[in-house]
Amino acid sequence: MSSIDMAGGPPERNPIARLWYDKETRSIIMQILTIVLLLTFFGVIINNAVENLRLLGKTFSFSFLWTEASYDINQHLIEYTSTSTHLRAATVGILNTLLVAVCGIILATILGFIMGVMRLSPNWLINKLVYCVIEFVRNVPVLLHILLVHGLVVHALPQPRGLPDWANFGDLAFLTNRGLFMPSPIFEGGSSAILIAFIAAVGFSWWFKRHAKKIQDDTGRVLPVFWVSVGAIIGLPLVAYLVTGMPIGWEVPQQSTFNLRGGMVIRPEFMALWLALSVYTACFIAEIVRAGILAVSKGQWEASQALGASRGLTLKNVVIPQALRVIVPPLTSQYLNITKNSSLAIAIGYMDVVATIGGISLMQTGKEMETMIIVLMFYLIVSLLISAVMNWFNQRIKLVER
Amino acid sequence: MSSQDQAVQSYAPGEHPDLPAPMLTSGPLFWIKENLASSWLNITLTVITALFLFVVIPPLLNWAFLDAVYVAADRNECRELGSGACWAFVSERFTFFVYAFYPSGERWRVDLAFIMLILALVPLLYDKTPYRGYGLIYACLYPFIAYWLLLGGFFGLEEVETHAFGGIMLNMVIGITGIACSLPLGILLALGRQSEMPVVRMLCVVFIEFFRGVPLITILFVASTMLSYFLPPGSEFDLLLRVLIMVTLFSAAYLAEVIRGGLQAIPKGQFEASDSMGLKYWQSMRLIVLPQALKISIPGIVNSFIGLFKDTTLVLIIGLLDLLGLGKSALADAKWTGLSNEIYLSVAVFFFICCFSMSRYSLYLERKLETGHER
Amino acid sequence: MKKLLLGASAAIAMFAVTGAQAGTLDDVKAKGEVACVVSTGVAGFAYTDADGNWKGFDADFCRATAAAVLGDPNKVKFVTSTGKTRFTILNSGEGDVLWRNTTWTYVRDVDVKLAFQGVNYYDGQGFMVPKKLGVSSAKELDGASVCIQTGTTTELNLADYFRSNGIKYEPVPIETNDEARTNYLAGRCDVYTTDASGLAATRSTFEAPGDHVLLPEIISKEPLGPATRHGDDNWSDVVRWVLNATVTAEELGVTQANVDDMVKNPGKNSEINRLLGTEGELGAMLGLNKDWAHQVIKAVGNYGEIFERNIGPKTPIGLERGLNALWSQGGLIYSPPFR
Repeated sequence: MSSIDMAGGPPERNPIARLWYDKETRSIIMQILTIVLLLTFFGVIINNAVENLRLLGKTFSFSFLWTEASYDINQHLIEYTSTSTHLRAATVGILNTLLVAVCGIILATILGFIMGVMRLSPNWLINKLVYCVIEFVRNVPVLLHILLVHGLVVHALPQPRGLPDWANFGDLAFLTNRGLFMPSPIFEGGSSAILIAFIAAVGFSWWFKRHAKKIQDDTGRVLPVFWVSVGAIIGLPLVAYLVTGMPIGWEVPQQSTFNLRGGMVIRPEFMALWLALSVYTACFIAEIVRAGILAVSKGQWEASQALGASRGLTLKNVVIPQALRVIVPPLTSQYLNITKNSSLAIAIGYMDVVATIGGISLMQTGKEMETMIIVLMFYLIVSLLISAVMNWFNQRIKLVER
Repeated sequence: MSSQDQAVQSYAPGEHPDLPAPMLTSGPLFWIKENLASSWLNITLTVITALFLFVVIPPLLNWAFLDAVYVAADRNECRELGSGACWAFVSERFTFFVYAFYPSGERWRVDLAFIMLILALVPLLYDKTPYRGYGLIYACLYPFIAYWLLLGGFFGLEEVETHAFGGIMLNMVIGITGIACSLPLGILLALGRQSEMPVVRMLCVVFIEFFRGVPLITILFVASTMLSYFLPPGSEFDLLLRVLIMVTLFSAAYLAEVIRGGLQAIPKGQFEASDSMGLKYWQSMRLIVLPQALKISIPGIVNSFIGLFKDTTLVLIIGLLDLLGLGKSALADAKWTGLSNEIYLSVAVFFFICCFSMSRYSLYLERKLETGHER
Repeated sequence: MKKLLLGASAAIAMFAVTGAQAGTLDDVKAKGEVACVVSTGVAGFAYTDADGNWKGFDADFCRATAAAVLGDPNKVKFVTSTGKTRFTILNSGEGDVLWRNTTWTYVRDVDVKLAFQGVNYYDGQGFMVPKKLGVSSAKELDGASVCIQTGTTTELNLADYFRSNGIKYEPVPIETNDEARTNYLAGRCDVYTTDASGLAATRSTFEAPGDHVLLPEIISKEPLGPATRHGDDNWSDVVRWVLNATVTAEELGVTQANVDDMVKNPGKNSEINRLLGTEGELGAMLGLNKDWAHQVIKAVGNYGEIFERNIGPKTPIGLERGLNALWSQGGLIYSPPFR
């Protein structure tokens, strides 16, 4: 039939076909189709889920969050006992995840920058040593690192009973395979003055830094910002401490039948996870830093050296500020990685959000869907937050560009 | 005297013998001065590093090689024979670590699949292979051949169930399936993210950001605990298959971002040129844009494959016994108790060899693709 | 995205095996194997040898089930599970029966929708400590670090027990028995708590088992038994009566060695005859072959033999029968009559 049409002149398409060959309408049709398919897909799986739950006689509800969790968690930043609710347990887990992620990000950044700079050191030995370490660490799964470090901490460090001298720091702190025991402060009345002094010192440092920059811009005189800030942040609270009559007592860990008692403790699970994640991520950050520094044009180095700046000064004031623009975007994804990798805590029994609400609570209540939704939402929100913060930082360092 | 003689001696142009270089501008001493002792700070650093190495390396070597025991019946015998590592454990379990529970009569199929994999990789990775075109066709067919070889069940091969998969073989299966299936999906997602249709774009962005925002292990938990709720009642899904699907989606999201980087690097003129040639969307993508974009993204793709391959160890958390999982479960054997360092180090060495060679390859590619923007 | 959907539906169509809800017994017969959920490794109960063969008390009951349904004890597909994944594996239909150290509790029976089919091992939660600590009672454990397996009832029992006795402790959560053992031996914790049978099994793998003691307190009841999916009565009956058959066989003196003889020359004891299918039609009522119990005993022996072979006093695990002796010998193992 169509061949008859074709025979006479250009092809006459029917109106529907013409709609299809129009780019605009086709795009609208495609999109409507996509939406319909998507809705069908979700409809089908939700329908399946409802049906499956009905067959198993389960209900979909988050009310279990307010029932008693009845398990203990060894590391809790907020008050928690086995009579607390599942919601509380989830909060404890979330805080533990955030703790290890934040500590990991800080340590990984410091280590990463040091290693990245060392990787560019003119010293052949250091250069190659760091290279070997980075390559080995990067090419081995992070889970293996965590297990290895945990094994080392648990097996190589001494037990609390019969502690050797090298692990006993003046009867104040003790390094054992049950953790690093340290004195913990006990705040008494008047200790708020110290906190106020600390905040004041931070504020002063911030002001001083701006002031110094202004002076440097105007006169070229360089003020010792770093030392003044350190002095203020340590000195002011110290003065406040002495003036208010030393209101902080220290609780020192004591030997008891089984364990060291009292004080603060950094548990081996936290230590292993923190160290392994930091070192692993630091090796990636080191390569990012190295690439960033290499991306700064050689002329900048030479110009700075021509002005008589030393290598350290050149790095600090000329190269790294420019390198940061290259470094920050990939650094963001490393920060996201460290947060996501902290979920491997479950392999060594660190009670993070996956181990509490997504682990024991899931087991005790049989609420797979609800608990997994909570865990997934938590990670999504944290990822979006980190991305947002780092984007903001990226914008800021971009603005510096003239 | 003789030097004086030489000094007055005259030579024809170009016949003068080379004089030795001045002191400390070449040779090992110069190298040491430049690279190890250029300043006092450098000398101190060199000494500290050398001391550190001296303290760490010899005991490590002693433990790993000199005092190690390679043949023994159990741990106690190991302890009697030497104070170092007990590699006898690893060598006793070696075949188990490679094939795990795969029926022993059928293990040639795993070997064959592995050899065929290498044959498929050569034309894919090395662009000067003779008859590369045929090789590429074979590489595209390889996943189906491997599926048939490993699972069997038709064409005369006995069926092997996926629960028999484990060890190195499982890492390979998950890693290679993950990358092979996620590549096309990743390309689609990357194109979708660049699409002019807002609904499609939004969909791809949400998909990519979701999978990049959550840890792989929670996704594996979803695969092992939650996914069965979303399937029609009464249907049953192989756990390994569920894991493979989730790993594919996960790595597709990461690949999509790598490929998007490649797409963005293509100059706008290329798109416009292909439009002006009258090419339709898919034609211009297939013939003009993707070949260039993919070529630029190959190093990134190899890097995400390294990441994916390392992440295959995470399946042990949901009870699949990969190499690390088998190693851990082997530690339960009372005969060989407490040898975790040996096991973990062996696994680490295996992953190091695989991943390091892949990263070398990606570096080689990067150098090859570098088109003269050297400073 | 569309391709993804198409791919997903194609994958579902290709791999989905429908009918898990219809009736597990028919499924199992059609598949020709029993998917049996076991733990990833507990000495004596379920573990793999160097060749990857499953051995142990639980593994033998898996074989018994396969022998009853399919007449061949080797037609078992062992599905490993951690404490966390075991119920999901069963509920999703990936496993047909859970023969894995699982405590029968109210919540699991009623809310998690499992169906427990009896008790094959009566256990209780105990404590193990190194002898050199000089501890003789769990009440002296104030301030100790305690290794526990997460996702188990032991975790809850421990919290309850220590709270009610006003004892402070540091829980050290651990995923598997093996990791718990390593951590305990390394001194990460002072005490290891789990089912007393598990403690004995773990202690048997130590270099110097004599240096460690089990404390007298048993702080919980842990009836361990097989579980099936809720609402599949026919299959549940099969699992329950496989267990009962091994117990009845021990009561009646039917052993792996003499069962063939008893079938060939049926004696006068009609309960033995009904059990072994030489009299009556008990097998058909269950939807099985006439000789199902005969196959079970031939494959793995009676309850006592399974116990002695895997965890009894002559094995490295060295568990006494205790509560798990027959009711007629002062224990709790009891089977309803085959009638």
